[in-house]
Amino acid sequence: MNIPFPDLSPLRPEIIVSSAAMLLLLLDLVFKNKGVLALVGVIAAAATLYLLPASYGETFGGMFISDSYSMYFKMIFLINLILTVLISLKYIQRQKAEYGEYYSLLLFATAGMMIMASAKDFIVLYLGLELMALSTYILAGIKRHDIKSNEAALKYFLLGAFSSAILLYGISLIYGLTATTDLYKIAAQLKQTETSTALLLSMLLIAVSFCFKIAAVPFHMWAPDVYEGAPTSITAFMSVGPKAAGFAVIGRVFYVAFQNIQPDWTAVLIGIAILTMAAGNILALVQTNIKRMLAYSSIAHAGYMLLGIITGTLEGRQAMMTYMLIYAFMNMGAFAVVIMLDKGEEIKDYNGLAKSNPLVAALMLVFMFSLTGIPPTAGFIGKFNIFMAVINAGYTWLVVIAVIFSSISAYYYLRVVMNMYMKEATGGEAVIHTSPSLGLALLISVVMVFVIGIMPSIVIG
Amino acid sequence: MDYPVLSTVIFLPLLGALLIFLTKRSSETFIKWTALAISIINFVLSLPLFTGFDKTTAAMQFVEKRAWVPAWGIHYSLGVDGISVLFVLLSTLLTILCVTVSWKSIKIKTKEFYAALLLIEGSMIGVFCSLDMFLFYIFWEAMLIPMFLLIGVWGGPNRVYAAIKFFLFTLVGSVLMLIGIIVLYLNTGKSFDVLQMMATNYPFNLQVMLFWAFFAAFAVKVPMFPVHTWLPDAHTEAPTAGSVILAGILIKMGAYGFLRFSMPILPEATKAMAPAMMILSVVAIIYGAVICLGQTDIKRLIAYSSVSHMGFVTLGIFALNMQGLQGGILQMINHGIVTGGLFLCIGMVYDRTHTRQIADYGGAASVLPVYAALFIVFTLASIGLPGTNGFIGEFLIILGGFATSKVMGTFAATGIIIGAAYMLWLYQRVFFLDINPKIQGCKDIDLREILTLVPLIFLVFWIGVCPNTFLSFMDVSVQHLIARVNTPVPQNLAQHIIEVIK
Repeated sequence: MNIPFPDLSPLRPEIIVSSAAMLLLLLDLVFKNKGVLALVGVIAAAATLYLLPASYGETFGGMFISDSYSMYFKMIFLINLILTVLISLKYIQRQKAEYGEYYSLLLFATAGMMIMASAKDFIVLYLGLELMALSTYILAGIKRHDIKSNEAALKYFLLGAFSSAILLYGISLIYGLTATTDLYKIAAQLKQTETSTALLLSMLLIAVSFCFKIAAVPFHMWAPDVYEGAPTSITAFMSVGPKAAGFAVIGRVFYVAFQNIQPDWTAVLIGIAILTMAAGNILALVQTNIKRMLAYSSIAHAGYMLLGIITGTLEGRQAMMTYMLIYAFMNMGAFAVVIMLDKGEEIKDYNGLAKSNPLVAALMLVFMFSLTGIPPTAGFIGKFNIFMAVINAGYTWLVVIAVIFSSISAYYYLRVVMNMYMKEATGGEAVIHTSPSLGLALLISVVMVFVIGIMPSIVIG
Repeated sequence: MDYPVLSTVIFLPLLGALLIFLTKRSSETFIKWTALAISIINFVLSLPLFTGFDKTTAAMQFVEKRAWVPAWGIHYSLGVDGISVLFVLLSTLLTILCVTVSWKSIKIKTKEFYAALLLIEGSMIGVFCSLDMFLFYIFWEAMLIPMFLLIGVWGGPNRVYAAIKFFLFTLVGSVLMLIGIIVLYLNTGKSFDVLQMMATNYPFNLQVMLFWAFFAAFAVKVPMFPVHTWLPDAHTEAPTAGSVILAGILIKMGAYGFLRFSMPILPEATKAMAPAMMILSVVAIIYGAVICLGQTDIKRLIAYSSVSHMGFVTLGIFALNMQGLQGGILQMINHGIVTGGLFLCIGMVYDRTHTRQIADYGGAASVLPVYAALFIVFTLASIGLPGTNGFIGEFLIILGGFATSKVMGTFAATGIIIGAAYMLWLYQRVFFLDINPKIQGCKDIDLREILTLVPLIFLVFWIGVCPNTFLSFMDVSVQHLIARVNTPVPQNLAQHIIEVIK
């Protein structure tokens, strides 16, 4: 039997990232200084980013596709990876979690996300999802001696396993209905069949599983605990990467495979989006821990991004992607500041920061206002873009709800600013741990927040 | 005079803020002088708007237009007409005074203070010049950040509460307007061009909805009754410069929004809603004035008087006739000058006594004679004494109000009477009666402070004696605006309105 060797060129970015990940495992044995590993990781990510545009194409019998949609997401994943490595470098040393596997797992997780974004088939999708999920379970618990980190990992693992099972159940149902796992063939099959309860159930199960990944309410229960317990650098990584990957597959699966039952999934997602914005924003109000607050804020942002999917238009999907990119920069920036300030994770630990460290406070101020969505920062462009697409699709009432919750969100972001600028420091000066790599990550984030905010042309159109 | 005037006056302060932000914290003297120099240069650079303005046309002048975000059809588009030009000048003038009045009273985080002040100046001017909805919204919202800090960092004891309240009220209003802007954009063939929107006729139902969306933002800013509650807190707790900016310019942006956007873009809705707006205005006039009588805090009293005075402004605007509109616009300028002046005065005496309670004062006229003399000018202008600017504005507004509705005009006039009562009573309690031991031995205001007040006093009389200098700026633009609002409605639309009314 002659099996043709598949064309590997569309797969080049994934190959580079996973080879680098394996290389890192070997290098770990040779080098004492783990900074080298970080450097290799960043170089691999940057090289992949550079080579990305050259990887157009389909391969493996149409199971894997590299198109502009997946490339946009891969760019987000790689930017996320680079920023995470930059903010991790000194932090994991301080946390005594500097294992070589750390960087390797980051790369593996990223490779998983990239495969998810490129999946044109449920099997490939599941493969990527598991690669990403398993790596992040370990990363969440990488502080082996820390009980909270362990709790985070276990919680994430158990609930993640549930969601994977639910996804498989959904996939098996759709396979039973259409006898294929290819997204386009599913769409073609569904065009010819009546909408059945089994189909709706399958769509619902798949939606639930994806909503778990993006931490949408009511499948968000894991997020605050995991975000709080995991090392902060991993929290930052998780708040962008897996979320973006989740949106990448939602955007693909619902737009392609379930095209035919759009009114049905729109109805489901509208409910989820409203719940997500409401719960995320309202629960964030009462948090005292900054990581938990950012966890709820990231839930809320998932709600805004879901609005883009709900439109069912390409414009809306585009807006969601742009939002994701912007969110990556502003959220990473905020986490970089959290990592820098090692005094504590309570919001009140930020009291008086403007006096002791005006620059750090000013940076945090920019990220907080960007997350609120105040111009001239990137956060405003993201929201504006989404709202425009949603109104254009005819859901003005949804936008009214969104802006009201977005105004509520101003309160908890402002509280950080308020503590920094309008309150006196309590219990000693804040200790700032800075390093060139962290500084670089902050610089990239803050510059991008302003550049996108003032010149939105570079991310839209 | 070969520079783009509007861009320069917007971005010079922003660059100045950046420069100050990059300066070392310890070089306070340098920071102060830089701020002063930039604000003065900016004022001088804005003078061509006064001298070179063509009063015979209603078209936009000093226009600048460049593509900005082509994918969304957004332009960097600036221009002024007779309605906005005076506000630009008022902004550049008041900023100088804010710098000088804060010279000694701001002792902590000086660097951030002056940077924030200049940021506010730049974005305020941007709001008055923008001819692109997107650009307008950017400036409108961006200003919230420095203003929030100005109130919250350098304000009075209850500053944090006031700052948050100010921010949230304004934000909620603004985001509703944002939705309105997007809807307008989609109905104007994907364009944010304000002039194009002014030339488009939208269906009546859409106009009404958009009117309320814009109302949410503008009414909070003005502030109109019943969304005025942030104002007393914000004005009272803000540092002197913050109160001056708030009262002088920021709250004018709301009324300006009605003039620039609601009226010309949504003329039929404006006409239909005008009675409701007039009622709200009259309620604000009387309610604000009555509340003033019960205040024990000087700054709070002036803050509530702003609610009352802004009620006059919106009454004039929604009277929708020549006198009312001109009076409304002039009264905005007047209120900026007079209330700005009053807040400056209060700040000066607060620097000495550190109390705002009326009960802690008394007999100030014999302790601070020069101060008392300057204060009475602003007091009388606030009441609307003939010969001062306040008289011209209020007279025109009441004239316009009467022409539209006799009842409204009558009620508004009672507001003036109560206004005289609370202002004179305030003056009596602070400056006459027995000398309160708390102000015994205070030094009279020095040259810096006198110089801060003199320009405003000069303007009080200038507008009061020859208002035509200023009214002539807006004549043509206001006529044009009224013509736009009163254009006969096309037949099918008229039919539509009748159906709606039924």
